[in-house]
Amino acid sequence: MSLTLSESESKAILSSFGIPFLPEVLVTTEEEASAAAIRFDTPIAAKLCGDNIAHKSERGLVRLNLSGPEDVSAACKELFDAARPEDQSTGVLLAPMAKGLREFIAGTSLDQVFGHTVVFGIGGVLAEAIADVTVRLAPLRSYDAHDMISSLRAQSLFAPFRGEPEVDLESLASILCALSDATESVPNLVSIDLNPIAIVDGSPVALDALIEVTRREEL
Amino acid sequence: MFSIEHFNALFNPRGIVVAGASTHPGKFGFVALHNILSCGYRGQVYATNREQVEVLGQSTLSSVSGVPSGVADLVFVCTPATSNSEVLRQAADRGMRAAFIASAGYGESGEAGRRLQDELVELADELDMIIVGPNGQGLVSTPVSLCAQIVAPYPPSGSIGIASQSGNFVSSFLNLSRQSGVGVSRAISVGNAAQVGVIDMLEFYAQDPSTSVGLVYLEGVAEGRSFASRLEAVCRQIPVVLVKGGASSSGAKAAASHTGSLATDDRVFDGMCRQVGAARARSVAEAFDIAAAFATMPAPVGPRLAIVTTVGGWGVLAADATAETNLELVDLPMDLRTTLDELLPPRWSRGNPIDLAGGETKDTVPAVLQAVIGHRSIDATLVLGMGIQSNQGRLEREGPFFPGHGLERIVAFHERQDSRYIDVALAASESVGKPVLVASELALCDPDNAAVASVRNAGKYCFPSAERAVIALHHLATRQKWLRSFTNQYSAEF
Repeated sequence: MSLTLSESESKAILSSFGIPFLPEVLVTTEEEASAAAIRFDTPIAAKLCGDNIAHKSERGLVRLNLSGPEDVSAACKELFDAARPEDQSTGVLLAPMAKGLREFIAGTSLDQVFGHTVVFGIGGVLAEAIADVTVRLAPLRSYDAHDMISSLRAQSLFAPFRGEPEVDLESLASILCALSDATESVPNLVSIDLNPIAIVDGSPVALDALIEVTRREEL
Repeated sequence: MFSIEHFNALFNPRGIVVAGASTHPGKFGFVALHNILSCGYRGQVYATNREQVEVLGQSTLSSVSGVPSGVADLVFVCTPATSNSEVLRQAADRGMRAAFIASAGYGESGEAGRRLQDELVELADELDMIIVGPNGQGLVSTPVSLCAQIVAPYPPSGSIGIASQSGNFVSSFLNLSRQSGVGVSRAISVGNAAQVGVIDMLEFYAQDPSTSVGLVYLEGVAEGRSFASRLEAVCRQIPVVLVKGGASSSGAKAAASHTGSLATDDRVFDGMCRQVGAARARSVAEAFDIAAAFATMPAPVGPRLAIVTTVGGWGVLAADATAETNLELVDLPMDLRTTLDELLPPRWSRGNPIDLAGGETKDTVPAVLQAVIGHRSIDATLVLGMGIQSNQGRLEREGPFFPGHGLERIVAFHERQDSRYIDVALAASESVGKPVLVASELALCDPDNAAVASVRNAGKYCFPSAERAVIALHHLATRQKWLRSFTNQYSAEF
């Protein structure tokens, strides 16, 4: 059996390897939520955050395009109400809505024969159907990371796209190398999901993160 | 664990013993001896038979103990599984360091067989012998003209080293070698791979002066990390082409993570190959194409490809085939266009593919080939449409009007021209050290065609189609890019 770390804890760990995330706030009450909402000048995304919540969208635990304290605090109430005891909910994550048309998925997976692997592909809701995905064994060299990017069939997504600039490939490759680094230092690691990685003004930023471990490291 | 002496005993034995030779032409013990005696093995051949009856005119010994000490290095074992520990002990006692075990009745046959197999490995380790198999089809080693296998064919000699988890695919590769004339140095089926596996063979091939490329059929890999790092070490020394069975068997895994379900076994294996520099082929035919390209052509220093075709359509499809590769259909530089303008009538394509539009006179094609192949902005050339004149010549030669009406003379002229074009292209390739690939379906349809025969006589490979040549060249270029990634000349652009 394995367990998942909460989104906020997963992000905190992965930030330390240099993976870019949006500035976020974890709130535990509706009052904190409406206070925090005032500080955002963009629409807000709210997600229930807890140790054992793996598939948030499927369970309806994500609220998008919220604006203003009332909207935000109402959404938070619904999310707190939807939490089940086994979720071990720690609060609601508030983040600015990211504007990006292109989404990728990246992460790591533990293969029975080859050990830790790094995975990269086209993301979004159609990811598994499109299955434009490539895998390498960790650790990666910079060559491998760039080779992963050029292995995808949908190369046109890296060029300027519908008014958005071309993708910063160095930053994308750095994320893959950071995931590789994480396989060498996160204890009891099973898998990492960065899903999706959005391309915002040409730069990749991970909107969600999930770390799966065999057991929690007791300190 | 194994020294070069072990592999030399296996592949360059001074003498060989067939244990369990049989007079029955349907038995392994007959076929193995037949093939060894028939293919011109240069060492001494001994055979054992319990009743000491003559087999294929050769007298036999009652046991391996009867072989003089120090004359044979390899025993080819066809005796029943239960006798084989005795055979190994006697062989070791007579100085043999290697055994190929064709006998079945081991790990493939259940629990009791599995135990016998483990005991055999333990004994071999104790005797300091290398044993290949059991349940394997045999081995081929052309430097010593050895065909120690229970199947056909014996291939022409060359530099492809084959290792396979399935004996039948060794035969497939050898058939393709025989058909194309691109030869083999060593070939071995590892059977149940009880003591040594494909990766051990590849490590020997990497050190073997007779072998320049490894060609592998794999079904499964245990100890993935060690396999990957050993394969990478081999790929740093020689190119390895690999085809894997079971690619579709394991789909998505149940996983808490999306990446877990996307990282299928096949994608992991595929990524491993790219990372360690091995060329993964999708089929046996494609694997042989790529291996033949590695074995017969220099590597391109870059991705810039020129396609030369005597007439239209072929060039168009070849150009399409480059789309999914790392090859670049280079824009013709102005000075080369000027050169070609002077050689060709105005209707030539004036671009790449270089379509001569049938506008050649006697010396046009050689001049064009030399100008293109030697040009500094072209790294590799694909030559299409060769042999069509000789193909017409064949129809004329076989028709009712031959040799009258001037046909004898014109047919001979066409054949000379086709041979000359190929000779010029391959000589240019050699002199500038760049790959020049020739492709025509005549390689399959009419191997005696003058163009095809000229490619084969030069020891090169005539690709059966432009698309297949493009894929092989893609793998040559990919390997160069990978090798360069370890040096400081590497850029992401290749």
